[in-house]
Amino acid sequence: MSTETLNVVGKSKLRRDGLGHVTGKTIYVNDINFPDMLTLKMVRSPVPHANLKGIDFSEAEKVTGFVRALTYEDVPKNIYTILTLIGVGPDEEMVLAEDKVRYIGEPIAAIVAETEESAMEAVSRVRLDLEELPAVFDVEDALKPDAPILKDWGTNYFVYEGHHCRRVRFGDVEKGFQQAQFIIEDCYQTTPIEHAPSETTGCIAKPEADGRITVYTNTQALFFTLDNTAIILQVPFQKLHLVGGTVGGGFGGKVDVIVEPIATLAAMKTNRPVKYVFSRQEEMQASSSRGAWRMYFKDGVMKDGRIIARQITTYADSGAYNRHTPYAVTKHAANIAGPYRIPNVWIDAHCVYTNRQPGSAMRGFGVTPASFALEMQMDKIADQVGLDPWAIRFINAYQNGDMKPHRKIVEDATLIEVMQAAAEMVGHDLPEEYKSMSSWARKED
Amino acid sequence: MQAKIINLTLNGKNIDVMVSPMTTLQVLLRENLGYTATKIGCRQGSCGSCTVLINGEPMMSCLLPVEDVAGQDVVTLEGLMVDGELHAIQETFFETFAIQCGYCTPGMIMVSKALLDKNPYPSREEVINALAGNYCRCTGYEPIIQAVIESAKRMNSVGN
Repeated sequence: MSTETLNVVGKSKLRRDGLGHVTGKTIYVNDINFPDMLTLKMVRSPVPHANLKGIDFSEAEKVTGFVRALTYEDVPKNIYTILTLIGVGPDEEMVLAEDKVRYIGEPIAAIVAETEESAMEAVSRVRLDLEELPAVFDVEDALKPDAPILKDWGTNYFVYEGHHCRRVRFGDVEKGFQQAQFIIEDCYQTTPIEHAPSETTGCIAKPEADGRITVYTNTQALFFTLDNTAIILQVPFQKLHLVGGTVGGGFGGKVDVIVEPIATLAAMKTNRPVKYVFSRQEEMQASSSRGAWRMYFKDGVMKDGRIIARQITTYADSGAYNRHTPYAVTKHAANIAGPYRIPNVWIDAHCVYTNRQPGSAMRGFGVTPASFALEMQMDKIADQVGLDPWAIRFINAYQNGDMKPHRKIVEDATLIEVMQAAAEMVGHDLPEEYKSMSSWARKED
Repeated sequence: MQAKIINLTLNGKNIDVMVSPMTTLQVLLRENLGYTATKIGCRQGSCGSCTVLINGEPMMSCLLPVEDVAGQDVVTLEGLMVDGELHAIQETFFETFAIQCGYCTPGMIMVSKALLDKNPYPSREEVINALAGNYCRCTGYEPIIQAVIESAKRMNSVGN
């Protein structure tokens, strides 16, 4: 097709929102204010693991401007419902803590006040009666028999269809290791990463004359937020009117529905507009992060570079609660063996709870750390077998028609073509046998 | 403590404002006067989203008590357009895609203006140094650096 018949593809188009951005006319949620608007600030756990035995608001109530406090008893369905909506249970995170806290920054009670200053002052005067419990911060420590247990079901791992981890079994790795001429092992890990958007997470809930609540929010997932908020507050969906807009950076950090339910509840209880915007400290310390991962590889490799067996054991640090991590682990398990044709694969991918802030969505979460570990391992294999890093990838590259370890037939492979194009772009001259390869036409084995 | 009347110049207009002691310039601009181009990123002087010009110098308005700018010349992003025309820096940021989510953009443009007003021919290093106090989390630093260099060219070619 001639590109001259296209009016967008291949052409540079100015951004529709660009003039707003360079003139400052773009409105972000925290730029909106209403008369008589209240500010909501959260009382958060100062410790990583404790029994919550009581909350004393008596000094907070004396602060000029204090309007009211909200605890779990005010929340109609005090369950964080995000995984319910994608069909993953169990419901295990409270909107506001009831009898336990499991990470530093966990929300315990909301304070609504006339001004931000009075809300902060009142929060500082709330007295918590906490009985600290032993905490665990490492995924493998959390699976040891003597580890403090975070979950009511008695373990620190998510249960996948009756199993302690997400498992993939393909071929026979032990047989592969016996045949292999090299056994190459290593461990890779990633740290938690905070999205740190320039604009912190926030919303405004405003009661309207017709009884509905308008919620202005910088969520990345407007309808997800509508559903979750309605379920938590046990109101019909049409009672809520969600208004999204320009998001000042999200990167997955504004997918969790964290601020809207409690701000909307506060607006319903006070019949006044309520603003709830994270401080920078809350964004860094209490919002979800990209979870940490630890990934062990054991590969059986032949002298010609073929990987004939791959055994992987990985641990995702979900932090104290599920959020999106059980789902991320499933994606991870499907991808971590890589875009390679390996006849024997064994994967145990664990979703583990620790007393750290919950991990959740961030740019390819689950898969990004897998790719990091996997490609480090491919380089290590090339080094130990004595092959070029390009060669090791072409030799093992999957092609259309191959079966992936999780029993999916490859239909959209482009690895070979991407590597060929990358080699050309960096001026790396590939041997003819790799130049002539294709994802579609397999050479006779 | 009682509120005080403070006189200052904002985007070329001489105004009197009444503020409580220790009210920051950021709060005055955004909440009292409705000039919301000046953003809130961290409120601790780290991110540069709230940068305005005080007598031509870039300053973070989140750390600046209004009393400290009494009698001085304050310019926000809203004050950059002249007769409805974009300033060359605004035009360049827009046309060269030096923007993504837009949240850091006001601060980036204000520090760029301060730089180019004083130094019409900055080196790449000088541009990077000028932008060093401003965070972009969509990590579009390179297009921003390029936009400032291009802005300098455009401003010099029209003789201002």
